[in-house]
Amino acid sequence: MRRILQSGALRKTTGAFATLVGVAVFVFFMLRAIPGDAISASLGTEAAGLTQAQRQALEEYYGLDQSLPEQFFSWLGNLFQGNLGFSVRAQETVLDLTISALPVTFQLAVFAILLALGIGVPIGMLAASRVGKPRDIFGQALSLLGLSVPAFLLATTLLTYFAVNFGFNPNGLGYKTFFEDPSVNLQQMLLPTVVLAFGISAPIIRTARAAVLEIRSQDFIRTAKAKGVPTRTLQFKHILRNALIPIVTMTGLQFGYLLGGAVVIEQIFSLPGVGRQVLMGIQQKEYALVQSTVLVIAAAFVIINLLTDLLYRAIDPRVRAE
Amino acid sequence: MTKLEIAKTVNRSVIQRLLRSWGGGLSLLVLVTLLGLALLVNFGIIGFDPIAQTPQDRLQSPNLTYLFGTDQFGRDIFSRVLSGVGSSALIAAVAVIIAAVFGTLIGLVGGFYRGVADVVGTGVTNILFAFPPLLLALTLASVLDRNWFTVALAIGVVYIPIFARVTRGPVLSLREIEFVRAARSTGMNSIGIMFRHVLPNIYSIAIIQIALSLSWAVLTEAALSFLGLGSPPPAASLGSMIYEARTLVLIAPWTLWAPGAVIVIFVVALNLLGDSLRNILDPRSKEGQ
Repeated sequence: MRRILQSGALRKTTGAFATLVGVAVFVFFMLRAIPGDAISASLGTEAAGLTQAQRQALEEYYGLDQSLPEQFFSWLGNLFQGNLGFSVRAQETVLDLTISALPVTFQLAVFAILLALGIGVPIGMLAASRVGKPRDIFGQALSLLGLSVPAFLLATTLLTYFAVNFGFNPNGLGYKTFFEDPSVNLQQMLLPTVVLAFGISAPIIRTARAAVLEIRSQDFIRTAKAKGVPTRTLQFKHILRNALIPIVTMTGLQFGYLLGGAVVIEQIFSLPGVGRQVLMGIQQKEYALVQSTVLVIAAAFVIINLLTDLLYRAIDPRVRAE
Repeated sequence: MTKLEIAKTVNRSVIQRLLRSWGGGLSLLVLVTLLGLALLVNFGIIGFDPIAQTPQDRLQSPNLTYLFGTDQFGRDIFSRVLSGVGSSALIAAVAVIIAAVFGTLIGLVGGFYRGVADVVGTGVTNILFAFPPLLLALTLASVLDRNWFTVALAIGVVYIPIFARVTRGPVLSLREIEFVRAARSTGMNSIGIMFRHVLPNIYSIAIIQIALSLSWAVLTEAALSFLGLGSPPPAASLGSMIYEARTLVLIAPWTLWAPGAVIVIFVVALNLLGDSLRNILDPRSKEGQ
């Protein structure tokens, strides 16, 4: 504990909290920038047919008769009580929707990260072991493609290819959680995981390659070689362990991106995650849903970044010394 | 290697070295070809009108008249793909300019003056960094009126914090360096010092970041238009073409591969350009160290 306090962790935590407050303000005012008000946005052309009294009642219901700061603080107060709003279309509270959507996104993100690490770290290390040779060129080409092929293109192609040639389209049926039906759930996660992992493995390959190259040129590696440490031990104990620090940072960052960045993939594969929830809110003009879900995702993102930061402060004494 | 050493100015030899490196030369060749063709289509010199419908020619496979075939409305896919490249290049360029100008200003002013300006700048940066990038672009695009500029604005805002963060660090060390102190001792005002002495020394950092951001901006624009949040139809956009192709791919596969292949080539070229520029300008990333 003392180690954590000394490491500036307290400062980091208060910083993260301040950022969260700022995020809440930003999300609130961003959604107030919508042309027109929430009533005409959700009712569309029907809003024109409202009588003065109906409009006033609705304004009161949505809290639009209050000033902006009042609206903000009542929204914030409600958030702290777990009231994220109500979705008219889904006839469910946003909290309930989010609670069922978060695990879907989380499962997908964890699978994608694990697969990406499994592909990216070995390829990055192999690439670094022979700079400029075929395996390095292969690694670099693969990471260039990972950075350049749009996820939605790969997803659309794989979805069509497997459905047409193998009749494999588990996502066409309704979504099943892992606890409802593990086998169907894993099949439904397969293609989305592959698509996301392909994209994330690119920065991981690059980070792993750069880290290994940098560490290999340091004095302690030369010393280890000189005293006859076997290559295998050198690769794993000396090089990989040190290379893990930047890799962990990159992984944490990518994991956070996945929480909201999987929107397109969730949409294509009909996975009811948080990204798709935001998109549905946008398409159906349910801005209470969008506002609260975006805030939840940003909060998760800030917390994950904070945890990554604290984690590697605990692992790496050099970070604490800064 | 300090951050300052990276911050050397860009000069003519950079372009020569870029052309000489295989990645830089190849990527520039591809980009010039794509953008040149896009301009020719745009001015109606080659191809067809990208939004003109000829129903009797619908869903034709690639042939000599329609190089990439036609879609379900009989529109020429070759012209639509290139028109899409043009609009996505325009949106990406404007987005990156917005991000570079505002981000660099936040980093420059915050790093140079410290104090309140820095606290505010860093705060804004942290808040914008708290959102997964695509999610923020998506939400911003959905609340703004829909046209090509607001799409560029939504993408640009997301990239402001990156520019602020990469420029602030070098500015912090530059403000303490001898020539800046010397300028200060001659009585030059701080705005003059900031723009005459500090800014030119962070150009190369900004240029590397601009090149790296372009590919991301193109991909984001494509993702937004795939989700129906890009430039409104009937304007051609690579993302929405791929979205429409999903239902046609079995009977007319060229509706998917034509925009798909072009966007991959386009983004690969942008990424190669960014990587080559970084290799030339940033001594930290020299190969084979």
